[in-house]
Amino acid sequence: MNGFFDIPSDLQHSWTGLIGLHLREALLPVAAGLLLALPIAQLCVRFRRLYPPVLGVTTVLYAVPSLAFFVVLIDYTGQTELTVMIPLAVYGLVVLIPAIVDGVRSVPRETLAAATAMGFGPVRRYLQVQLPIAAPAIIAGLRVATASSISLVSVGALIGNQGALGNLLAAAQKYDRPELAVNAVLTMAVLAILCDAALVLLRTLLTPWMPRGTRERRAKPAVRRERPEPEGAVR
Amino acid sequence: MNVLNFVHAFFSDGAHWQGYDGIPQRLLEHVRYTLLALALAAAVGLPVGLLTGHTGRGGNALAFVANAARALPSFGLLVLAVLLIGFGLLPVMIPLVVLAVPPILVTTYEAVRSVDPSPVDAARGMGMHESRILLRVELPVALPLILSGLRSAAIQIVSTATIAAYVSLGGLGRYIVDGLYQRDYEKVVGGATLVAVLALLTLAVFWAAGRLAVSPGVRRR
Amino acid sequence: MTSTAQSSRSRTRHTGAAAVALTAAAALLAGCSSGDTSDNPLAGEEAKAGTVVVGSNNFAESTLLADIYGEALRAKGIKVTYKHNIGSRETTYGLMRNGSITVLPEYNGSLLAYLDPEAEQKSPEAVNAAVEEKLDEGLTLLDSSPAENKDSVSVNAGTAEKYGLTASSTLADLEDVAPEMVIGGSPEFQTRRQGLKGLESVYGLKFKSFKALDAGGPLTQEALTENTVQAADIFTTDPTIVKEKFVVLKDPENLFGFANVTPLVHEDGLSQEGVDALDAVSAKLDTKTLLALDAQVQLEKKDPLDVAKAWLESAGLS
Repeated sequence: MNGFFDIPSDLQHSWTGLIGLHLREALLPVAAGLLLALPIAQLCVRFRRLYPPVLGVTTVLYAVPSLAFFVVLIDYTGQTELTVMIPLAVYGLVVLIPAIVDGVRSVPRETLAAATAMGFGPVRRYLQVQLPIAAPAIIAGLRVATASSISLVSVGALIGNQGALGNLLAAAQKYDRPELAVNAVLTMAVLAILCDAALVLLRTLLTPWMPRGTRERRAKPAVRRERPEPEGAVR
Repeated sequence: MNVLNFVHAFFSDGAHWQGYDGIPQRLLEHVRYTLLALALAAAVGLPVGLLTGHTGRGGNALAFVANAARALPSFGLLVLAVLLIGFGLLPVMIPLVVLAVPPILVTTYEAVRSVDPSPVDAARGMGMHESRILLRVELPVALPLILSGLRSAAIQIVSTATIAAYVSLGGLGRYIVDGLYQRDYEKVVGGATLVAVLALLTLAVFWAAGRLAVSPGVRRR
Repeated sequence: MTSTAQSSRSRTRHTGAAAVALTAAAALLAGCSSGDTSDNPLAGEEAKAGTVVVGSNNFAESTLLADIYGEALRAKGIKVTYKHNIGSRETTYGLMRNGSITVLPEYNGSLLAYLDPEAEQKSPEAVNAAVEEKLDEGLTLLDSSPAENKDSVSVNAGTAEKYGLTASSTLADLEDVAPEMVIGGSPEFQTRRQGLKGLESVYGLKFKSFKALDAGGPLTQEALTENTVQAADIFTTDPTIVKEKFVVLKDPENLFGFANVTPLVHEDGLSQEGVDALDAVSAKLDTKTLLALDAQVQLEKKDPLDVAKAWLESAGLS
């Protein structure tokens, strides 16, 4: 019973079951973060004075280590998946808000004026002009949030078997079986790479007007200067 | 159940301020892990980033390495390293350095790449040696962006170093892990507050470093 | 004009493709999740009526004992789900109290020390009676098994040699040398009376420092073997004691009390048939058996559930 795929019975899942659980625990929060970030970012674009305080609050939230977040939430949401997912959604929010704000702000004034001149109302202009042009920036944010989320789920193992593939890490330690830890690390890495590839594909589909190969890199040097890549973290 | 009460209780307890488990000691350990990991990551990321950025070659390979490193889960690497290597600082440094290298590497590369080519050409025309061009022309202009990469790496290390406590090392994570098992929220909240404050201090240090080190001519742009 | 229309159509097509991709991803996620809910006891906090939730703490023996008791219930046709590796007693007791767990393998004296740190522990029977008095409403302790697994302070072979400690040495003998030693144990050992606090108040031991490890698991075993710590909280059923020649120090003041394996149950959740099944297991489980089963899990790396099933069958309990 110490093969690479011999998952200890106390995890109560097969290897594929753990993968499904891991994807759900990692990706649902990113999706929730995106849904919340879109309106908040729009407010920040609309009311410029709102942006600095929002950025301040999110920076502080981001500095709170995930484990502490999990532990404090246990009292409210118990030792459940939700306890793991809420902090991940918050971290997603923190990465996505600046990404969306920068993306939407990068839309040239002339483009907006042209849209207005063509009779686009604010809602239609947002959905059909601003969001598509901001898509590369938003997806760049999603890539960081997703990678960090997939990695962070594993910390949930510390609050009682809530870390999906991370539980394998705890089991590796408990039963002194390093191969389980190798399995967990490799599986998580492959998941992260696959999800990243899916997002890159999504970007290609969403931005058909961009020249192939060179998108993102050289698209908007002016915006890139002051804001390097969003800070993804694994705490 | 007020978080602020916990924070107050934690910091006003005199016992939390002394000995091997006191705040000064744990803070010192945390700062030590952070500085060591940041120095190691910078020792890898800065030269490679500067060179590839200067020559403009290897950008794709670099992006690949950075993406792969980002996909590796820190907590998993930590547990694996401890299982394979045993106790000590080394198994904690591995995930922290893997975490910190990509932002340093990528931003440094991008920073040097995005330097305006005309002063570089002018320097080359004046007969400056390539190494001097890199250090005297490109580096000063690229510095703000390079610093932001270092800052991003430093903040991630500060937050992530908390997991070292899971494998029985010190640092501020000690309070969070101990608090979890001792069901002592005061410790958890106190530890989290200290980590958050340390992260914000790191931001401040980098802001100050930017003010001091970046040439006024570059800053004004 | 034509070109605008064309490009906008092409964008719609691409957006459509992206939407399809997203929907597919969502469906995939939903598929993954629904496939697992059936055997995922963690999804719902409250136990379903008629289902017994067996919990365990975050160390290997606790998982093994939970499997043994749980499978014994299953053998009687009772529906069982497991909630493993929860954490320390500080956490699991709260989950017992609110009914999230129905059965938890406990150690009677350790539980008493948690409920009432100052309680004296004279005999297992007296301990069980004292625990019953302190337990929250709805909780009760079943019969204790003869199998005992205590916390102990053990030193590694090198330390024993250095300070001349033998199997007949007691904790009191450490008084003079403790300030030179680092002691290790689970994080909760730091604040428990059956831990640093009691070692100081009962035996006057003040160690140089405390190193938080795990609950008698591989971290603790390794730290003691490698002399990262010179003394550690080691469970007396730990198979590495013999393997690594650790010296278990005697505890004449009975600080670590009694630690007989005893199921803690939530009365509402368990039928009389279930109680009988658990009692039958406890009656057959002794320290020697437990040691052997622990060794199968920790040294031979067998799966705890398989070990549990095999023993139940050999003991005629399945």
